[in-house]
Amino acid sequence: MRLLRGFGRFWYDFIVGDDWRIALGVVLVLATGAVLVATGALSDAVLAPLLGAAIVAVVSISLVAGARR
Amino acid sequence: MSVFLASAVEFVEALTIVLAMGVTRGWRSALAGVALAVGALAVITALAGFALASWLPESLLQLVIGTLLLIFGLQWLRKAVLRAAGLKAHNDEEETFREELAAGRDAADERRLGVDWFGFVVSFKGVFLEGLEIVFIVITFGLNADDVPTAVAGAALAGVLVLGAGAVAHRPLARVPQNTIKFAVGLLLSTFGTFWAVEGLGVFAAGGESLAWPGGDAALPVLLAAWCTFAWAAVRVLRGGHRAVPAG
Repeated sequence: MRLLRGFGRFWYDFIVGDDWRIALGVVLVLATGAVLVATGALSDAVLAPLLGAAIVAVVSISLVAGARR
Repeated sequence: MSVFLASAVEFVEALTIVLAMGVTRGWRSALAGVALAVGALAVITALAGFALASWLPESLLQLVIGTLLLIFGLQWLRKAVLRAAGLKAHNDEEETFREELAAGRDAADERRLGVDWFGFVVSFKGVFLEGLEIVFIVITFGLNADDVPTAVAGAALAGVLVLGAGAVAHRPLARVPQNTIKFAVGLLLSTFGTFWAVEGLGVFAAGGESLAWPGGDAALPVLLAAWCTFAWAAVRVLRGGHRAVPAG
C-alpha cells in the first residue's frame, strides 16, 4: 500500500507539479475544446486561437494565486 | 534547441546530486545508482516511445503528448515568471550542493548489496527523476517532429557538455544560467504544447483529422511571441509592490 501511494505521489508530483490549477485548467480548456470540435460549433480558425487565449487565462489565474502565497 | 536546453538544465541538477553523494558517500555507490537509473530510463524510453508511436493515431498522439507538454511547460513558465518577479527564490546549485553534502555527511552508514545504501538511493532518485523529464521531452518532441534521432542527439549533446564540464570542474555548475534557461524552456514547451494539444483535439472531429491553426506551422512563431509577451507583462505586473525572495 505504501509503495502504491508512493507511486501515485511520484506521478502526481511529476505531472501536476507545484500548482494543481494549471493541470486542472488545461484539462478543462481542452475538454471544452473537445466538445466544441465534436459539435462543430466553431471553425478551426476561431477555435484554435480561442483555446490558446483560454490557456493563457489559466496561467494568469495560477500566477495570481502564486503571488498571493 | 528545446530538447538541448531542457536536458542541459536537468543534467546540471542531476550532476549536483551525484557529485554530493560521490564526495560524501563514495563514488562506487553513487555511480551504481546512476547506472541503475540510466538503465531504467533506457527501458522506459524504448517502451513508451514504441507504444506511443505504434498504437496511437496522429491526432490522438498530438493531444496526449501536447497536453502533457503543455502542463509541464506551463509549470516551468509559472515558476520562471514568479522567480523573475522576485516572488520565488532563484535556483542556486551551490546552495543545493551544500544541502546535499550535509545530508550525505549526516546520514547513517548502512550497506546493502555491497554499496552504501544512502548514496546509492539518493543518486538513483536524483538521476531517475531528472532523467525522466529529459526522456519525456525527447519522446514528445521526437515523435511530434517525426525525428526521434535528432531529439536524442540534442539531449545527448547536452549530457556530454554538462557531464564533461562537471568532470573537469569537479563541482556543481553554478555558473550555468539555469533560471534564464528555464524561462526559455518554459516558453518553448508552452508554445509547442499549446500548438500540439489544440491540433490534437481534431481526434474528436468527424474525420479524426488534426485541427488546423490559422497559417499552419507559421502559427508557431506567433504563439511563441504571444507567450513571450504574456510572460514579460506578467513579470512586470507581479514585480510591482512585492519584496524579492532571496536565493536558496
